[in-house]
Amino acid sequence: MIEIDRVTKRYGTTTVVDDVSLTIPPGGVTALVGANGAGKSTLLSIIGRTLRPEAGTVRVDGLDVAKTPGATLARRLSILRQENQVAVRITVRELVEFGRFPYSGGRLTREDLDHVDRAIEYLQLEQFANRPLDRLSGGQRQRAFIAMVLCQDTDYMLLDEPLNNLDMRHAAQTMTLIRQMAKDLQKTIVVVIHDINFAAFHADRIVAMKDGRIVADGSPQSIITPGTLKDVFEIDVPVHEVAGRPLAVYFA
Amino acid sequence: MAAGVSTDIRGGMNRPPRATRWARTIDGRALTVLALALLVITSFGSLFIGVSDVTPLDVLRLDNSDHQTRVFIESRVPRLMAILLSGSAMSVSGLIMQTLVRNRFVAPSTAGTVSSASLGLVVASIWFGSASIFLKMSIAVLFAMVGTLVFLALVQRMKHADIIVVPLIGIMFGGVVQATATFFAFKYDLLQSLNAWINGDFSGTLRGRYELLYLVGALTAVTYLFANRFTLVGMGREFAINLGVHFERVLYGGLCLVSLVSAVVVVVVGSIPFLGLVVPNLVTMAMGDNLRRVLPATAISGAFFVLVCDILSRTIRYPYEVPVGSIVGVGGGLVFIILVLRSRSVGN
Ligand SMILES: Nc1ncnc2c1ncn2[C@@H]1O[C@H](COP(=O)(O)OP(=O)(O)OP(=O)(O)O)[C@@H](O)[C@H]1O
Ligand SMILES: [Mg+2]
Repeated sequence: MIEIDRVTKRYGTTTVVDDVSLTIPPGGVTALVGANGAGKSTLLSIIGRTLRPEAGTVRVDGLDVAKTPGATLARRLSILRQENQVAVRITVRELVEFGRFPYSGGRLTREDLDHVDRAIEYLQLEQFANRPLDRLSGGQRQRAFIAMVLCQDTDYMLLDEPLNNLDMRHAAQTMTLIRQMAKDLQKTIVVVIHDINFAAFHADRIVAMKDGRIVADGSPQSIITPGTLKDVFEIDVPVHEVAGRPLAVYFA
Repeated sequence: MAAGVSTDIRGGMNRPPRATRWARTIDGRALTVLALALLVITSFGSLFIGVSDVTPLDVLRLDNSDHQTRVFIESRVPRLMAILLSGSAMSVSGLIMQTLVRNRFVAPSTAGTVSSASLGLVVASIWFGSASIFLKMSIAVLFAMVGTLVFLALVQRMKHADIIVVPLIGIMFGGVVQATATFFAFKYDLLQSLNAWINGDFSGTLRGRYELLYLVGALTAVTYLFANRFTLVGMGREFAINLGVHFERVLYGGLCLVSLVSAVVVVVVGSIPFLGLVVPNLVTMAMGDNLRRVLPATAISGAFFVLVCDILSRTIRYPYEVPVGSIVGVGGGLVFIILVLRSRSVGN
């Protein structure tokens, strides 16, 4: 369980996460949505302990993320960042292998190698495995980073816009993979998504943020309505029902 | 898990992986072993180059009163060890500095290490003139370490500075410190001994003066244990923290370690310009940036590079010696300029 308790983050005088409390029970996919600058990445970074809040605490499985040793947390909680630019020249395989660092510290065991191979296979990176990251396309690189997080094999995964740069096929496959991991392996996954329809299709729960606060929280059916979308994004979006699910037509 | 996914999502394109310069590396390990063998052979050969004729047979006689054997033990072996230890230590220090600071052009010679050591030596000679050589060296090491850390702290503060600006600032910083050292050396008539000391040169390596380098060798070996952590820190703060690395501790601990190592080498051997810059850059260009993989190769290449330069320095004007620093400086300087130009044109 992730327990976020009255978390506040300020930059100077602007408050970008404003007294947020939220509980995410184990298992399932939670989609975090909201406009640019709503505070999604900031909140995710605070949960993932890479950013210190001014106030409030975050607990994962009862462990305070600000106080628990990093090595312990790295086996329970992983975070994929929104920006994944690296100047370091390593291969896809080396990157994915780093996902096992919390377990083996670099001396990979048989089991570690199995995880690496599987992650590479799931993201269809076999043919790029030995290629340096800086010689991949944007989407291929994004998949390599997803594979690394997958390889970290934590119960809790925080994915900040994992679909960045992915084509239709790979976006759909990645979301399917995420959903199956939540279902089959009881993983708890929080994923920031801009395409509300992906959230509708794959998430168990949608949490909407606006100006650093949580303004809506519920099942896809209850969130994806013209009224709520107007509240969150300040545009009029017609919602249709397709195959029993809400489909927001937000293109114009 | 998710077995259904992988079957239907496999793409149709089964073209073989495009080989890349270093990804296809003829097995990094084999290459490293080969380089090591080459290093051992060259090392062995270098033991028998010099003004006094010493042949392997002389040494095998193992007669301590024998002149040849004494030259061998008192001078040739220490010299070789000093070359190997300092060559590998400087290259590895440069590699780790570059990784941690995330700038390929940072190394002891562009980070104020050398000039700070000079200042330390001057200070030690003026105010601790009667102290033992060991104490003087320790003072210089302290200065060099502090100077390096000051510069690196400076660099940490300007994360978005241009890749070339950072070493330029280091060179300017070093220039200021060097000028201060020269001023006092001039005033107290120490200029000549300062220059002699600070110019990289192995001809004065004798038993009893280079043993500190064994400490350096041990520390260099220790860095291998942290190779993965260094790489992860080089990939960024968030990335490292996500994988459970204690970012600040590894960053500053690593920087202190390499400052210490390069400070000791500069004080014991003198400055070997560009070494920590050129060798790691060439090795990583060929093998990538994963320290666990390139660290041994860097150590071996650094040792080999200095060894070859030293052999040149002893044979070019035989029976006289050219300081090894000058030889390395000429070759290293050229490679450095090429590297800078390349990085500019690639835009990285
Ligand atoms: N280092 C910083 N200094 C000052 N303000 C910042 C900093 N980082 C983020 N912000 C501000 O905090 C707010 C929230 O940023 P955040 O990255 O969490 O938004 P987001 O919801 O993830 O947006 P996006 O959808 O564009 O990724 C933004 O208004 C941003 O300008
Ligand atoms: Mg964001």
